[in-house]
Amino acid sequence: MPSLQFPLRDTPAEAPALRAELRAFLAETGRDWPPMVPAYSWMGFDRDFSREVGKRGWIGMTWPKAYGGGERTALERYVVLEEMLAVGAPVGAHWIGDRQSGPLILRLGTEEQRREFLPRIIRGEMAFAIGLSEPDSGSDLASLRTKAEKVPGGWKVNGRKVWTSSAHRCDFMIALLRTAPAPDPKAKHQGLSQFLVDLRSSGLTIRPILDLVGQDGFNEITFDDVFVPDAMLVGQEGNGWEQATAELAFERAGPERYLSSLPLLTEALNDLRAEPAAPEAVGRLLARAATLRQMSLSVAGMLQEGHTPAREAALVKDAGNDFEQALPETIRGLVDPARTPPQVLEMLGLMTMVARSYSLRGGTREILRGIIARQLGLR
Amino acid sequence: MSDIRDMLVEQVDRLLSDRADPATLRAAEAGTWPEALWAEAEALGLPLALVPEGMGGTGLGWGDAAALWQALGRHAAPIPLGESMAAAALLAGAGITPPTGLIALGLPGEAIAWGRRAGHLALAPGGEAALHAPTDWQQGRGLIAREPADRPVLGAPLAEGRLPGAYGPDAALLAGALLNAARIAGALETVLLMTVDYANTRKQFGRPIGGFQAVQQLLARCAGEVAAAGVAVANAGRAADRRGLAGAEFEIAAAKVVAGEAGGTGAEIVHQVHAAIGFTDDHPLHLFTRRIWAWRDGAGPERLWARRIGDAALARGGAHLWADLTSRDEEPAA
Repeated sequence: MPSLQFPLRDTPAEAPALRAELRAFLAETGRDWPPMVPAYSWMGFDRDFSREVGKRGWIGMTWPKAYGGGERTALERYVVLEEMLAVGAPVGAHWIGDRQSGPLILRLGTEEQRREFLPRIIRGEMAFAIGLSEPDSGSDLASLRTKAEKVPGGWKVNGRKVWTSSAHRCDFMIALLRTAPAPDPKAKHQGLSQFLVDLRSSGLTIRPILDLVGQDGFNEITFDDVFVPDAMLVGQEGNGWEQATAELAFERAGPERYLSSLPLLTEALNDLRAEPAAPEAVGRLLARAATLRQMSLSVAGMLQEGHTPAREAALVKDAGNDFEQALPETIRGLVDPARTPPQVLEMLGLMTMVARSYSLRGGTREILRGIIARQLGLR
Repeated sequence: MSDIRDMLVEQVDRLLSDRADPATLRAAEAGTWPEALWAEAEALGLPLALVPEGMGGTGLGWGDAAALWQALGRHAAPIPLGESMAAAALLAGAGITPPTGLIALGLPGEAIAWGRRAGHLALAPGGEAALHAPTDWQQGRGLIAREPADRPVLGAPLAEGRLPGAYGPDAALLAGALLNAARIAGALETVLLMTVDYANTRKQFGRPIGGFQAVQQLLARCAGEVAAAGVAVANAGRAADRRGLAGAEFEIAAAKVVAGEAGGTGAEIVHQVHAAIGFTDDHPLHLFTRRIWAWRDGAGPERLWARRIGDAALARGGAHLWADLTSRDEEPAA
């Protein structure tokens, strides 16, 4: 069994200066955020905020200057991400574009696609949605059925995508679609392709789905003869599965997989001082947080070196999800509701509910553990 | 430095593969000192590996030590080499030339593994270090690890010295915590491998039990804990190299907490997967899991170290929490 290795990384020399800028910006911008903002963080959506982030050069930081990028390192970008998440900033309007759609277009897109999309993502003006899950294809993603048929000049798309975060507020989606029938049931990963789909296309309907908190965070998208031009195919026709799974290493590796509930600890900490059980419980959380941060940084370092650490990312996401889900429960066990400020209780209540999504989004705990088990050599 | 570290770790792994087989471990638990193993460890210069070259050692750092101690854990090494290395390092830090041979490390309230074989004992309370040659040892045996565990009868110290500030008032406890965390991380690697191997060979319902998702999910969780323990230990070793033991208190405490929790969860999972055969005396699994349980308590259980972290964080308050977490390895902005 080749065991997974997580060599330690240092943050880059630029980190302290970068942090200082970010903290000043976030302290000012986030002064009046209600608890709902950090509770949703990267599932939240705030175009004004994203435009401000874009103005400061914090989107597409590692991309070529030719497209407006910053040509900075992946670890500098990591510092920006963790600063944003540590305060639960509402980064959803640029998060997906910065994390996976942009890098995909940069890696596999045509020159025309790069020139059209990357500068707008970088300015925080173009919001992307992820078009993977379907009503009958969740964990068994490759069984997806939304179909793109070849027509003159493009493709005709029919089917449904679901659980698409903020799609009703986004501009484009990168959709994984079936462009050819699977040769046999065991080869269902073949015949899939990725497309850039304009969410304002005719024939495309977006129906918001309320989540259990009551927020309209995600959606069902119906494609009814939606025309997608040839120029919107990303990468190679039929190669969509490989392309999409390579993307998952980026999607699963980031600090958003362990930091989602950290703002609650920050917010609640001072009010726990009178609780005798607090030091031990808080100490255990911080020991985990510090360790997960090193694991997450390690994966960021692998990405920086051009590796695709899909299995390492799955392990860190799984361990991170455990932590970020345990945190609200731990805090709940420590607060005295009669003596705790209402904004702390509100954040606690919201995160208690939202935390259920942590081990679902981006691959369920069970799927991730299946990936880890295969890595261990279990069959 | 990392080349030397890798080479030494490989040497230690090889030595213990040859000399620390289950029969030796069982004999040690029954009171037979593994003389051949200790002699080879001495021949490699390991007991003085953390002592500066000017005092007869190899001059390795805490990060190297953590990697070597993790290797000791991988084999459940039946000799107190890690303790002797730490004891020599603390003596040398206080300007006392460490004697050759096994040096016991005294920790508050703890019996000392194989004290009876140690010619010398190092104590390091309150920022001082002292070298003793105990006049006698009250012999005992660890309840869980089953190794000989003895308490010294002390006379006057042979030498005393003040530790530099970077060691802090708790140097022995911090070194002991790093040692125990590292050994847990190492032993967890081994029991995970043993258990994956068992799950792939043991058949029930006509197929290897490792093919069942219920078992796969458990072992995947175990792998996450094993990885976390290893990273926490490496991070603590690196911090101690940079800032001394006292400056690395947070990272060492975090390593002891994470390794301790991982040890508990990991041992639970590997026993569950091994089922009845792993609960037998015959099977070697318990040679590792009993030590994991014992090492969790060595140099302070998780609770103690978690309280240290928590007390400090609560005193600093929420406004500093994230900044403190991220500033530890960064030079402040000008």
